[in-house]
Amino acid sequence: MEQVLSKIDRRKFLKFSGITGAGFIIGLSLKSKAGTASVAKAGDVAPYGLTPFVMIEKNGTITIFNPKPEMGQGTFQSIPSLIAEELEVPLTGVTIQQTGGEKRFGPGQSAGGSSSVRGSYFQLRKVGASAKEMLVMAAANQWKVPVGECYAEDAKVFHKPSGKSIGYGDLAEAAAKLEVPKDPKLKDPKDFKLLGKDIQRPDIPLKSSGRAVFGIDVEVPGMVYASIAHSPVFGAKLVSYDDSVAKKVKGVIGVEKCQRIFGPYTYDCIAVIGENYWAALQGRKALSIKWDDQGNDKFNSKDYTQYLHDLSKQDGAIDKEEGNFDKAYSEAPVKLDSFYETPVVSHSPIEPMNCVASWTDGNKLEIWASTQVPGGIMGEFTKKYNIPEENLTIHTMFSGGAFGRRLYTDFVDEAVQLSKAIGKPVKVLWTREDDTEQGPFRPMTFSALKAGLSADGKALAFQHKVISPTIRYSKNYDKTKTDGTMTEGISDQKYEFPNMKNLYVNADFHIPVAAWRAVTSTTLAFAHESFIDEMAVKANKDPMEFRLGLLTKDSDTKTVLQKLKEVSNWDKPLPAGWGRGVAQYEFFAGLAGYVIEVSKKGNGVNIEKAYAVIDLGTVVNPDMVKAQVEGAAVMALTAAIKSGITFENGQTVQKNYNTNQLVRINEMPPVEVHILANGGPKIKGVGEPGLPPFAPALCNAIYAATGKRIRKLPFDIHNV
Amino acid sequence: MPEYTLNVNNKDYKIDVDPQMPLLWAIRDFVGLKGTKFGCGIAQCGACTVHLEGTPIRSCSFPVAAAAGKKITTIEGISENIDHAVQKAWIEMQVPQCGYCQSGQIMSAVALLKNKPHPTDADIDAAMQGNLCRCGTYQRIRSAIHRAAELV
Repeated sequence: MEQVLSKIDRRKFLKFSGITGAGFIIGLSLKSKAGTASVAKAGDVAPYGLTPFVMIEKNGTITIFNPKPEMGQGTFQSIPSLIAEELEVPLTGVTIQQTGGEKRFGPGQSAGGSSSVRGSYFQLRKVGASAKEMLVMAAANQWKVPVGECYAEDAKVFHKPSGKSIGYGDLAEAAAKLEVPKDPKLKDPKDFKLLGKDIQRPDIPLKSSGRAVFGIDVEVPGMVYASIAHSPVFGAKLVSYDDSVAKKVKGVIGVEKCQRIFGPYTYDCIAVIGENYWAALQGRKALSIKWDDQGNDKFNSKDYTQYLHDLSKQDGAIDKEEGNFDKAYSEAPVKLDSFYETPVVSHSPIEPMNCVASWTDGNKLEIWASTQVPGGIMGEFTKKYNIPEENLTIHTMFSGGAFGRRLYTDFVDEAVQLSKAIGKPVKVLWTREDDTEQGPFRPMTFSALKAGLSADGKALAFQHKVISPTIRYSKNYDKTKTDGTMTEGISDQKYEFPNMKNLYVNADFHIPVAAWRAVTSTTLAFAHESFIDEMAVKANKDPMEFRLGLLTKDSDTKTVLQKLKEVSNWDKPLPAGWGRGVAQYEFFAGLAGYVIEVSKKGNGVNIEKAYAVIDLGTVVNPDMVKAQVEGAAVMALTAAIKSGITFENGQTVQKNYNTNQLVRINEMPPVEVHILANGGPKIKGVGEPGLPPFAPALCNAIYAATGKRIRKLPFDIHNV
Repeated sequence: MPEYTLNVNNKDYKIDVDPQMPLLWAIRDFVGLKGTKFGCGIAQCGACTVHLEGTPIRSCSFPVAAAAGKKITTIEGISENIDHAVQKAWIEMQVPQCGYCQSGQIMSAVALLKNKPHPTDADIDAAMQGNLCRCGTYQRIRSAIHRAAELV
């Protein structure tokens, strides 16, 4: 397996796509409506009518084009294996080529929302199956034998009665001349060799030897380095700067103004350009910059928290209403009323933001980036810089973590601006301090929850009101309406409440905020599922049984809870001083749940074990799914017990990992992952669902062990 | 600027750099070995871990002048064919996700196993605490170190 880092050889590509017979390219027809994509081969439709996914050359080289960036979630294995399974080629024998936003590779050249596999599962299998049928037909024609006597395996077609075989490369030319089958037969899952199996990821040897090439590792001839000073105070304006000392630093070759553009914000910044990164950084430190904070230096987390509390008194916009909540709540004999708070957190992938851009010949641009959105970069930058698509080449590198941060292109634009200004390839590299200080961040959400119960503990009325800023930057944003991005999942839980009214109150915020792995469910699940636990306690019921009692109809949620009950031995008594908690959350990306066991340790708790159940329907790589859930648990734990991001004097208090701490190896509890995958057409996401239910399951366990109810994240696990 | 000779993976490199430049940037941008990563610049994340005379150090916070003339080993130097016991265990346990921190994780694990061929969980906690992984691969790192101890 080879990681191809260079751009696709355009001449070769055009040769193969322009002339049928020289090779075989097959993919999806862009002419079809979305969701009904049909398989087509190059030459049928030109020039951009085809989204190629497989190229078979006459020498037998097989290339699979992967439109889903690899950031740790495993698309470098999962996506190509959808094709390879049906095409009957071993994954170890193909070249995987990440696409770079080119229009011919179609829409969807991005990774986010746990959507890569579930969005491609049937389409890409159909591409592989069509190609295989055409290759088998080509062999049968050549041998003049019935097609039924031939089968494909290991990139060859075999003739069963005679035992003879022929490689795909030798069939490519003939196969390319055949009609694409309208309805190729997909394999029976019981015959799968790759899908549903614990197949090793082809990128892992590269990543275990320093050979994987990330954005930060890119070097191109003539390249210079930039370190960029941004204002630590959000919303400051540049007044003046003195670069005389910076320019004297050996290796510094220039100082340029540029802009960081994020959502509605444009920030002036100063880039120091150096022959090497260290020189650029030293030069940057020698800059003397005068900023006008414009009063934004008064901003701090304490006042903002009070502002959110004040806003919580507003009625808010209705997110979802069923029955008559107000009446049912006021008449309920037992009432419950709680307020939950969560913090701002950072993405903090270990690879800091970076990009290499090379602007040449007035209107040609080449970009190398660790990004989740090569397709987005293509659309955005061709438009912004008014260059034709064929003049923009994007190299999608391995991302050293992303978690939503690399959905945004602010750091890419900085590199483009600088290369354009100085006429050289520029590598922009943010420091960790830049990354921690500048955001964007996951915003906090505050939740006001109300419930009405009958005297015998039946849930009669339920309300979840969310108070938060929004991550949706839209000119048409209407503050008087609900915002599904910020109420994510709260009105879609399967619990059956006869009367429910969920609400949203929007808060102003001048600090860049963004999607973060599992988005707003990461905070709302904490409030929602902790409060369900409070209701169970108030009703004097076991939290698992209380939840199942709210789920009389069959649902995936019910199945997940039943599975959790089974795998965690929920009914088995725990040692003295231990407690267990349960939580689940279903949202756009999918569904998972946890049972977590804790034991009292001093004034705090120790996490003994986390049992996770993730509901997928169909699974492509079970081991990879387990890895994703294990990792999501760690990220959720960090967000629950570490400082997160706070603000004083208009800027982040935390600047680097010493203060913005992440969970370390000694703090990770054992996580045992169970996958629900009984097949069928339903496919749910993998990367994100393991995150939201972790914190509430943990806090519910802490309540069970200690009697202390945690309603505010983060909390100190050593002193609850 | 002074000229230094860096011995990296048993090969000498003559470089002409600021003595205060961290070893990390000398390795990445002057020697040209990119497997060692930049994460924080203040010895908090361990992505930059290399061995100096066999001992793991955070190269982002170690001046190049202090490394001159000493034996430096980077991830590229532990095996030619990705077949060091730790690497084999990493692959068998499918440890990396994004992979960015893993060069540093592996260098810390290699040093640990050299000192303690059969480390306990507490030994692993102590030796590996300095290496952050944002993807959260810690459980697999622990298993892989135990596995590597069997493979050595």
